[in-house]
Amino acid sequence: MSAADVLADPASLSAGLASTGYLADEGLATVAWLAHALQRPLLLEGEPGTGKTALAESLASLLDVPLVRLQCYEGIEASQALYDWDFPRQILHLRAVETAAVAGGAARALSGTDLEADLFDERFLLARPVLRALREAPCVLLVDEVDRADDEFEAFLLEVLSTWTVTIPELGTVRAGTPPYVVLTSNRTRELHDALKRRCLYHWIEHPGLERELEIVRTRLPEVDAALAEQVVAVVHRLRDDEGLVKPPGVAETLDWARALHALGASRLDPETAARTLGAAVKYREDAERVRVALDRALTP
Amino acid sequence: MNTDPRVAEPQAEGWEIGQSLGGFARACRAAGLPVTADRERTFLSACAAVGLQRREAVYWAGRGTLCASPADLEPYDRVFSGWFGGRPMHGVTAPPEQPRVITTQASLDEPGGGAGGEDDGEMVTAVASTQEVLRHRDVAGLTPAERAALRRQFATLRPATPLRRARRHTPSAHGAVDGRATVRTHLRNLGEPSRIRFRRRATRARRVVLLVDVSGSMSAYADSLLRLAHRVVQSAPRTTEVFTVGTRLTHVTRALRERDADRALLAAGETVPDWSGGTRLGQSLAVFLQRWGRRGMARGAVVVVFSDGWEREHPELLGEQMRRLRALAHRVVWVNPHRGKEGYQPVQAGIVACLPHVDDFVAGHSLATFQEVLDTVARATGTDGSAHA
Repeated sequence: MSAADVLADPASLSAGLASTGYLADEGLATVAWLAHALQRPLLLEGEPGTGKTALAESLASLLDVPLVRLQCYEGIEASQALYDWDFPRQILHLRAVETAAVAGGAARALSGTDLEADLFDERFLLARPVLRALREAPCVLLVDEVDRADDEFEAFLLEVLSTWTVTIPELGTVRAGTPPYVVLTSNRTRELHDALKRRCLYHWIEHPGLERELEIVRTRLPEVDAALAEQVVAVVHRLRDDEGLVKPPGVAETLDWARALHALGASRLDPETAARTLGAAVKYREDAERVRVALDRALTP
Repeated sequence: MNTDPRVAEPQAEGWEIGQSLGGFARACRAAGLPVTADRERTFLSACAAVGLQRREAVYWAGRGTLCASPADLEPYDRVFSGWFGGRPMHGVTAPPEQPRVITTQASLDEPGGGAGGEDDGEMVTAVASTQEVLRHRDVAGLTPAERAALRRQFATLRPATPLRRARRHTPSAHGAVDGRATVRTHLRNLGEPSRIRFRRRATRARRVVLLVDVSGSMSAYADSLLRLAHRVVQSAPRTTEVFTVGTRLTHVTRALRERDADRALLAAGETVPDWSGGTRLGQSLAVFLQRWGRRGMARGAVVVVFSDGWEREHPELLGEQMRRLRALAHRVVWVNPHRGKEGYQPVQAGIVACLPHVDDFVAGHSLATFQEVLDTVARATGTDGSAHA
């Protein structure tokens, strides 16, 4: 299937994603398709482990374009997202030119302007994710955990995302031929700015239902015993319904757990193997104790 | 932006639906969704792109363009099923916040505020010294007129934002050698060595999270404490978050961003469904940690809990939540209005369970003590916290 076929309508996008192992429900498929049709960034929010980042990865592999990832963190700056100059190499180059000029006499001497042009050359430019995305477009640009960055950075992103151009004073303007497909993810540690949200299409990803999650496990881990997969998914769903857990397991944890059980050669979930592999599903001591007790009750005949 | 032929040639039928789509967007706005004119336009292009044949497609197109937070999903669903008929599309909407329960709670003041006539007369003769006296009076024991006078004095409170060390550096006259900046200056001189540049770590505002207990036992203080919170939000709108706790947890930061204090409090009052209800501090804290705190809001922040700690049920739960909060936050400050009173002993089960997990236990019953609270918060600056910030 070519990229154009895949992006013909939401249903084909959904089918395409499924072929890469990502099962999107109708809502997500529609919004993801709209992001392409309207050329808007897609802002995904939802509990950790619901597949926000995985969507970007699947899109990239489906469209057969590079995935450029920008991981946000507190204090991230434009120079870490856009570009930087490789100063040590510039100095080295400068010294080399100087030495050559001394050795070869005045004939090799460069004028000041030439030298400067030489120094701020493409080869000394360190392209960071956003610049790379603009240059490599078509591609998928994943701006991960944008809520961790400061709001100044958000404003900067907004500018890039609305113009698709970056100006480097020494080199000129870089413009993306086709805007990259942008996926932003947020865990809601803080409220994002309205201006950014307005630019984006918004989607809240929920944990998948029982059926769908089972389907996900089957697609991603076909080697795992069907009955075991069913048991794992059922237990994980029960854990998610339990209000008391500090960190309910996400889909990623379900997959990890099934994988761990499979690696141990288990074909059924029993209290003993469950206890040994529980670390794949729950990540807090309090949770582990609580789950162990509940599992004993549920699995002991 | 839209090149879809379906809108380029509007059909008679499609045009009619188009009218109703605009109306739908406006109905969403009326329901409190952030539908601006450009969002409405995006919604229409989205509908044109997905086509109007299927109700589901229009639903998802609208959800992706008109909603901006999980709290918007529930009203969106409601308006959608109301406007286009049929059952709600999305049965299991489980937004992680509280649904916006709107109660018309306008009386932020103490009841019995009507008999203020003669007090007003007294206030005319007020001199500067009464203001000073007022500063030290317990806000719970004020007459309505004194309360009104005190309100104006809230403007004199000076919140200062605590700082943390930022990841980035800033140029400085001394500190570590900044190789990059030094090289850059050298480059400017075509490689001739010149001045060495230095840099040090920059500082940034540390997040402040205020949890205000609005349960029955705190009702005499709730108004003043929210005014205090309003001052803090106004001084650092991007790094302050305010929640009310009682029987449930409510995020009121947005309401308090309104500049005018009275209007901000009214807006907050409309958001909070549990004024003067019971206290379930432990559970509310658990919800805060689960939905906000652990994801990052409390991480490295200064968390201030305004409460008398009258936990009706489960002091152990409260203690456990405070332990967790302490493990996340940079500093936990507990403000208790009774702390400043003579003969007060922290003996209630709730307080006893919490105290081991509190960095500062301070009074908060008068304007003067409020300023002390603000000073305590400002002092919570620490540069060691940058690692977990």
